[in-house]
Amino acid sequence: MTHQKATQPFIKITDLQKFYGQFQALHDINLAVEKGQILALIGPSGSGKSTLVRCINLLEQFQAGTIEVDGIEVKEGRNLNKVRAEVGMVFQQFNLFPHMTALKNVAIAPVRVRGISWEEAEKKALALLERVGLSQHAHKRPSQLSGGQQQRVAIARALAMEPEVLLFDEPTSALDPEMVGEVLDVIQKVAETGVTMLIVTHEMSFARRVSNRVIFMEQGRIIEDTPPEEFFGCGPKTDRAQLFIRSVLQGHPDAGLTAPLQVLED
Amino acid sequence: MGLMETFFNLDVLHSSALALLEGLKLTITLGLTSLVTSFAAGLILVLGRLYGPMPIRVIAIAFIDIFRAIPLLVLLVLVYYALPFVGINFSPFWAAVTALSLVASAYAAECFRAGIEAVAIGQFEAAKALGFSWTDMMKDVVLPQALRLVIPPSTGIGISLIKDTALASVVAMPDLLKQALQAQAFYANPSPLIGAALLYLIILLPLVRIVSSIEERQKRAAGR
Ligand SMILES: Nc1ncnc2c1ncn2[C@@H]1O[C@H](COP(=O)(O)OP(=O)(O)O)[C@@H](O)[C@H]1O
Ligand SMILES: [Mg+2]
Repeated sequence: MTHQKATQPFIKITDLQKFYGQFQALHDINLAVEKGQILALIGPSGSGKSTLVRCINLLEQFQAGTIEVDGIEVKEGRNLNKVRAEVGMVFQQFNLFPHMTALKNVAIAPVRVRGISWEEAEKKALALLERVGLSQHAHKRPSQLSGGQQQRVAIARALAMEPEVLLFDEPTSALDPEMVGEVLDVIQKVAETGVTMLIVTHEMSFARRVSNRVIFMEQGRIIEDTPPEEFFGCGPKTDRAQLFIRSVLQGHPDAGLTAPLQVLED
Repeated sequence: MGLMETFFNLDVLHSSALALLEGLKLTITLGLTSLVTSFAAGLILVLGRLYGPMPIRVIAIAFIDIFRAIPLLVLLVLVYYALPFVGINFSPFWAAVTALSLVASAYAAECFRAGIEAVAIGQFEAAKALGFSWTDMMKDVVLPQALRLVIPPSTGIGISLIKDTALASVVAMPDLLKQALQAQAFYANPSPLIGAALLYLIILLPLVRIVSSIEERQKRAAGR
């Protein structure tokens, strides 16, 4: 799936406006993502991060503007499932299928959407579960797995479609603290494979480590779009971003107020 | 005559047993046929009601409301005695299946709707995000979870349906009740009626028990 000319961005969002009823959740979003880029979307709660990533695979309808993925316009119709097959998503609440084993959760989409055989799909699924460290748990139901394990199955499920892009919407926010690390490690490994990723996260040190572009949002707008070294290093450009970083770090038990950016050095 | 000979006359029961069993067989055939058609129709109705284009939704809602409102006996008599005037003739069996299924499918549709609406929105979203077609999403993700949730109420609908097959005796169906009534008249003894009541209980009591225990189990699982 590479119809685009080398110069065209892989995801192209143009003048996107999104309303929930009267309330405008996204204002004039313009964003071009090159293949292989890893974007960290950060910003206060309610700033529109989830809404933005959910527009990319049309889990949310938008009212104006366009989104193109690999040259295909994202809209209702024949091509929508084609786009969705290329855009994997990992949810805050995992959303695994509770009536299927981990293995079937991972295998089913390639069978239904790509039309491969169950045998082949299960072989691939097992390899993917191995990759996220869960091959021993292949035959368990989601309810028999910990939150961290469930999220790793969900990542394997998204990877099974061999997507060009992966969207993560706060993948560790629903997890007990001791399980955050195992999931972030898996995401980092996936990032190293060169797949394009958009990650909504509040894990600042992770964002710094894994991303090569930081998008800071507030009140439905993109306020900053900078490399992580710049955003975290010499401090974000805007006062608002400064304020946000500071408040996140205040919530951090180890963060000293006098040297707020030091914890980011890891 | 003693109480036993009147209500539990073994001779009468013995002689009428064959007729009662014939009736039971018909009651079960009628019940199962109506059950299958009404659940299939209920599924189509609920999908039309929830996901169809506007006119289909309106029709499905009207259908569901009308057949939940009309008394089954009235409907049965209409199908069997009134439809022939417009040239539609059903055999007693199919008249009963039609009436029972029209009503039960409306209840089944409402019951399935509760199940579908109880499936977490995240399940729909996960299937869509993976690129599932609508049909695959419903078949593989939504309905298996929805139908599991509504096993107790749909079994309840099944129980009502089997009970309601007794109404078919008014359209001259030789079902269990009709056979018992005929035997009672023939032997001038009510024992066959007692026998019929016992047979109804034998099929329905276990079902009632099963529904209760599944409900208990689901309640406990939900509370966990
Ligand atoms: N389904 C919805 N209906 C109405 N308003 C919504 C809905 N989802 C989100 N919003 C609003 O849109 C804004 C952006 O939400 P969201 O994208 O979830 O923010 P974030 O992910 O950055 O926390 C918030 O003000 C939120 O209240
Ligand atoms: Mg969010």
